Amino acid sequence: MKPEEIFAIELSGVTKRFGTIYANKNAELKVKKGEIHALVGENGAGKSTLMKILYGMYRPDTGVIKVNGKAVTLKSPKDAIDLKIGMVHQHFMLVKTLTVAENVVLGEEPVKNGFALDYARAKEETARLIKKFNLILDPDALVSGLSVGEEQRLEILKILYRKADILILDEPTAVLTPQEIKHFFDIIRKLSSEGKTVVLITHKLKEVLAVSGSVTVMRQGATVARMETAGATESSLAQFMVGRPVVFQVAKAMRTKEELERSDTVLSIRDLKAMSPKGHMALNGLSLDIKKGEIFGIAGVEGNGQSELVEIITGLKQPVSGSMNVRGKGINFPCSSPRKMFDAGIAHIPEDRHKKGLILDYSVAENLILGRHREPAFSSPMKMNFPGVDAFAAKMAGDYSIYPPRTDLRAGGMSGGNQQKIVVARELSREPRLLVVSQPTRGVDVGAIEFIHKKIIETRDRGCAVLLISAELSEILSLSDRVGVIYRGQLAGIFGAGEIGEEQLGLLMMGGKQ
Amino acid sequence: MKLSKTFKIFLINIGVTLAAILASFIVGAFFILLVDVNPITVYWKLFEGIALNPYGLAQTLFKATPLIMTGLGIALGFKANIFNIGAEGQMVVGGFACAWLGFTFAGLPAFLMVPLCILGAFLGGVLWAAVPAILKVKTGAHEVITTIMMNFIALALTNYLVTYFFHLPETVHTQLTSQTAFLPRLDQYISAFKGSPANVTLFLAVALCVAFWWLIWKTPYGYEIRAIGLNPSAAETGGIHIKRTVLMTFLISGGLSGLAATNFIMGYKHYFEEGFSQGVGFMGIAVALVGQNNPFGIIFAALLFGALSHGTLVINALVPKDIIQILQALVILFVISANLLIKKYIARLNEDRS
Repeated sequence: MKPEEIFAIELSGVTKRFGTIYANKNAELKVKKGEIHALVGENGAGKSTLMKILYGMYRPDTGVIKVNGKAVTLKSPKDAIDLKIGMVHQHFMLVKTLTVAENVVLGEEPVKNGFALDYARAKEETARLIKKFNLILDPDALVSGLSVGEEQRLEILKILYRKADILILDEPTAVLTPQEIKHFFDIIRKLSSEGKTVVLITHKLKEVLAVSGSVTVMRQGATVARMETAGATESSLAQFMVGRPVVFQVAKAMRTKEELERSDTVLSIRDLKAMSPKGHMALNGLSLDIKKGEIFGIAGVEGNGQSELVEIITGLKQPVSGSMNVRGKGINFPCSSPRKMFDAGIAHIPEDRHKKGLILDYSVAENLILGRHREPAFSSPMKMNFPGVDAFAAKMAGDYSIYPPRTDLRAGGMSGGNQQKIVVARELSREPRLLVVSQPTRGVDVGAIEFIHKKIIETRDRGCAVLLISAELSEILSLSDRVGVIYRGQLAGIFGAGEIGEEQLGLLMMGGKQ
Repeated sequence: MKLSKTFKIFLINIGVTLAAILASFIVGAFFILLVDVNPITVYWKLFEGIALNPYGLAQTLFKATPLIMTGLGIALGFKANIFNIGAEGQMVVGGFACAWLGFTFAGLPAFLMVPLCILGAFLGGVLWAAVPAILKVKTGAHEVITTIMMNFIALALTNYLVTYFFHLPETVHTQLTSQTAFLPRLDQYISAFKGSPANVTLFLAVALCVAFWWLIWKTPYGYEIRAIGLNPSAAETGGIHIKRTVLMTFLISGGLSGLAATNFIMGYKHYFEEGFSQGVGFMGIAVALVGQNNPFGIIFAALLFGALSHGTLVINALVPKDIIQILQALVILFVISANLLIKKYIARLNEDRS
């Protein structure tokens, strides 16, 4: 072995069991010094567990951890920090009421006069690191005023301040916009060129190909492949992750214009105006029609009225003015409600499954009947019919391949993809006439994305109208029969499938003219 | 196995709670030492007076009965994220309604009178909870503030009514209810309980616990209450009528607290008297917390606090009665902290997919 072949991190034979479940089974990871290494796998493949072992948060049952060629035992994150390992978690840990510089030094503050915080030195040191790694932050800014991208850069700054040489980033791009992701990549390239070793946990394969030097793929707790990124493709990685070939573009029959014109209108919206929670006009006279058997995609930068549109259609919000018809029946504003909209045949897959889609402390079965729990199959007025609920849940778990297929488990303990499948299963089982779907595959792994896309298309093929709202342009373009671009509360244009590409969509989303 | 896991959690809960109570008595011993008394003497006396003595046992049951009912009322609110601090006021108004019906419709036979008075107590509580409940649902006014204020109004109003309209000359209470509204005492059946006002309202309280359990875990309405308590946003998106369910739950919560008055009015003194509630409505909050909003936990907690409450009399010759209050406070602190400490462990047990 050549001397420069010493690995910054070398994990071998790592096994970690929780109860009877193996989170890691003989997992391996080798990362060369100064490289950007991607760790990929579906939700629940054991990536996070392995990284938590490396960061000293969990202790492995068996296995060897070597850092810079030396075998180590990590009893707590403190040991990891001493070895210059730093981790940015998916959920940020910042004090909102303090400034950037104060957050950076928190816990290792420079002091003057023996006890007081030496803010000038904290600021100086922070500014130096910001400049060195091109992080673009103001040391004096309050954290409460930062964007998500800035918060993330601050988290990276925090571990750099603690002199980390090995940075573990857990799903760093999940919360970023496309522009922020670009800047983020520049930063980690910069880190790598400064000699830092970066481990990137992700399940977005495009990002792996764009930024990493080498990649490790995990499946069901074990390492299934390690390769140079140059020799990998999206489909080869996906096949390793899922264990079978994955279809990225789900096949579907296109609807012709004539077909669509002939079919019935399911949802008709005219001149809808609505306020945002902050009090500005979020919807400014929006009109649209959705026909039976079509998927109408709405593309747009977040905050242009998408949430308000979804909330009005699903009865969660009342508009200021405008009208809405569902299957020819007018909706009586301001007296709509989610219940009335369900009864009108509308189903809703909300964008934030933790906040609106699921009750995490309920079991999978209880979640599968949320909103349908008063139906005679599931209850009589004085008694829940639990055998009926369980039978239904078991059928749903089978039909939607919810894993593990144990509907008595707490929904909050399931992986992201399986949680989303619970919501999709519940909403599609209502046999809706109109399906409103918001960000259906956000934070969901490759296998589940494919599955959810298939289900949405099946629903359309049954004759259901679908309104699809997504920040992923590729998702909008591959699924929609027609695409509308929402900009400042209005539709800036409606296009048939194939009439518009990602470039043009992006331009319209930013307010550009055709 | 699911059952054995549930059972394991149950055993852990019981064990930890008992350990916490033991710990609070150990710490309490220091306070007893401060007043120069041997804690072992005091604790032995307590044990003797409560557990080894049928009369003490009966008094404990008597004191626990209304605590079970206010505890249930408050726990029901907690299940739907409602902080009903107004149990005291709801109990007072329920008590007044109960007594008023009892002496106003004195001609009614028992089989009509008893249900009428019980219903009156319930509706009195409902009425008093209705104001904060409607304010909460319509305007978003926080119920902690409004229910506390309603407590003061309840006390002032009933005092006014008794003083100016209903008091028996030379007393501070109303006239007696009709005999047909009297509920039998337990000492009619168990002679060892002689002298204690423990009465059959105890069975009403236990029946309410079973009903509470059924309501929360077995009915679609309970499913909705729990959903709202765990994630109101998802419950609303799922089509549950939040406002309607919260309003209903708040009213029933008030009704349960109102029922707590039947123990005193129908089972003991048979009249309404200023201050009869003796803080049972506030103690109910501690009962709900220590009982972890579980009806059977609430029975246990109510018995514990009922015993300590009777214990004041048992040991007041030895130590100041404040010692009991310190013990009560310690029990609340220790049990609640202990349960918070093991919460993580229990969550992990639940997560375990085995």
